[in-house]
Amino acid sequence: MATAELLTGAQALVQSLERVGVEVIFGIPGGAILPAYDPLYDSKIRHILVRHEQGAGHAAEGYAVATGRVGVCMATSGPGATNLVTAIGDAYMDSVPIVAITGQVGSAAIGTDAFQEADIRGITMPITKHSYLVKQAADIPKAVSAAFQIAATGRPGPVLIDITKDALSSTAPFEWPGHVALPGYKPTVKPHSRQLREAAKLMAEAERPVLYVGGGVVKARAFEQLNRLVEVTGIPVVTTLMARGSVPDSNPLNYGMPGMHGTVAAVGALQRADLIVALGARFDDRVTGRLDSFAPGAKIVHADIDPAEISKNRLADVPIVGDVGQSVTALVELMGEAKTNDLSGWVRYLDHLRERYQPDTEPLEEGVLSPEYVIKRIGELVGPDAYYATGVGQHQMWAAHLLPHEQPGRFLTSGGAGTMGYCVPAAMGAKVAHPDKPVWGIDGDGCFQMTNQEITTCSLEGIPIKIAVLNNQVLGMVRQWQTLYYNERYSNTNLHTDRLPDFPKLAEAMGAVGLRAETPQEVDEAVKQAMAVDDRPVVIEFKVHKDAMVFPMVAAGTSNDDIKIARDMAPEWEDDQL
Amino acid sequence: MKTNTLSVLVQNRPGVLARVAGLFARRGYNIESLAVGTTDDPEVSRITIQVTVDSDLVLEQIVKQLNKLVEVLKIIELEQHEAVQRELMLIKLKADPDTRSQIIQIVELFRGKTVDVHNDSMVVEATGSPDKLEALLQMLRPYGISELVQSGLVALGRGSKALADRGRINRSR
Repeated sequence: MATAELLTGAQALVQSLERVGVEVIFGIPGGAILPAYDPLYDSKIRHILVRHEQGAGHAAEGYAVATGRVGVCMATSGPGATNLVTAIGDAYMDSVPIVAITGQVGSAAIGTDAFQEADIRGITMPITKHSYLVKQAADIPKAVSAAFQIAATGRPGPVLIDITKDALSSTAPFEWPGHVALPGYKPTVKPHSRQLREAAKLMAEAERPVLYVGGGVVKARAFEQLNRLVEVTGIPVVTTLMARGSVPDSNPLNYGMPGMHGTVAAVGALQRADLIVALGARFDDRVTGRLDSFAPGAKIVHADIDPAEISKNRLADVPIVGDVGQSVTALVELMGEAKTNDLSGWVRYLDHLRERYQPDTEPLEEGVLSPEYVIKRIGELVGPDAYYATGVGQHQMWAAHLLPHEQPGRFLTSGGAGTMGYCVPAAMGAKVAHPDKPVWGIDGDGCFQMTNQEITTCSLEGIPIKIAVLNNQVLGMVRQWQTLYYNERYSNTNLHTDRLPDFPKLAEAMGAVGLRAETPQEVDEAVKQAMAVDDRPVVIEFKVHKDAMVFPMVAAGTSNDDIKIARDMAPEWEDDQL
Repeated sequence: MKTNTLSVLVQNRPGVLARVAGLFARRGYNIESLAVGTTDDPEVSRITIQVTVDSDLVLEQIVKQLNKLVEVLKIIELEQHEAVQRELMLIKLKADPDTRSQIIQIVELFRGKTVDVHNDSMVVEATGSPDKLEALLQMLRPYGISELVQSGLVALGRGSKALADRGRINRSR
């Protein structure tokens, strides 16, 4: 037997990352992680030097969401590591599989408040699926293998590997462990057949069933099975923010996004359902509104890979723990035999709600571009094959409704954490994953200013993303709440983005093409111009109306039944139609 | 409100206790008592946690969240009547020659031990169920307790079954 090759911890790290199939790392070097960057210089793994570690983290997320594989980011100890925290927290909330690798001060210096020391494992403990502090070179391969296993399987999530500088510098025989046995980690993948039969029975008996589809379906890449289930059963579907596109919006049974800013049809479907089949969804407060008045007449079938999600917020009548893809496949089979009731009355009712409460996408509002129109138009011109990333706020909600969500896994957005600044770096990650596909970011003027430095990264690294900045001069969603709940007292929401910065100039300064559009005609021209550019990023500023508000809206802490379609205006439910 | 005892087998690794305790803190559960020690397998530690919750649903959520920790191997809820539960208590009392023999008598009644004696003080040791120790304390209080320390509760299920034999708690509701 040949003796194992003697490698430095740094070499072992890079070789381990190659073994698990890493193609790209987003990161920034610094003192403690420096040893790792030396062998990385010779590796086939592409390293993208970002401008801020938060960008590295979100880019890793963007890559992960766009590919279904594990994204990787790397930073040094102390501030490098703490700058990753927001992205790690974001990945935790949205169950995105990423591995964050951080350098740590030498093991002898740990606990001494050494230069650039931070207990990053302690800091991230509540927002990681798992984490490792590695103090010996020999332990690195096992930690890497286990981290990738944990990040990608079960309910995916972020895993941190913190490696001391001496572990990176010292040598040990390299032994690749392959699959690492983790005695305390055994996700339940195979759903229970009795529970599935029980679910199918309820689905067959229901008069007003709804499939409530969440991000778990995207993580499980269970699109084909899901669409098959819709086809076989004819049951209406609502797709949450994290699941947009998993059933095409052109499917008439998809009533769109439920929740605080959901469509009237989707919110109405859940509220009036007698059966909700939750697939990889978690009854988040943004979907349920006031929990005690959420879907009062519905029985709940809840399929999720994480048993802790089941009955956490809403008690499940039929819990199904397992891979949602396997669960849906089994349900397709069972429902092929069991017939659903005649759902035409229920479908007609929901169709009526959808037709009656259409989003308003008139191009102009008081002579100024309407943000809804701009987003819708971008979607029409760019098409459903593109990847779309968003920031957080009003533009995000409009993007969720108005982009062409026809293909699964194409919509990248920060749902659970609501992280402003997600858009630009996430778009970068998606474009690195799919260089041949158009990648557009729909961003706000507030969000863009949080992470726009990564445009420079994109220019230098040849990552030609397109970013649409909807400039309404203000922190729009916060301002909307001030309008509705704080007597129009606009405390600190005016960013004065009409004056500064000059977005096209800022874009040009970072090596991108900078464009501006103020009329519907200019919107078309700018988008088409952007589509023609493929050698560098493009930033288009759209000057939009600042008083536009996102409706429908369920005010925080109120019941979904109190949804408003405009300020002080409730929809007519017309229950007699049921 | 109901107090429950959870016996948790974990991998004996640095940081495991921080993970378990941190989970309780961040999800808003209050730990009443905590005891940690290695088992006969040096790779495995046992954490005994007492927690007071409003409802079974909260307890269920705690167990599920604990189960998600990668280093948690097994969790079992020990029902009071099905488990032997013990705490250890050391009590420092004011004791002069007049009261000393009375105190010793009480302590012996509770099968405790006198472990340190001075002119004006003594330290007694007692183990038992929380109820028994509370009763002992009530008897001793009139003499003047100057210091007291108490271990977390440790518990084992009655009968031949061991935690390692039982299925991992993975109730889905």
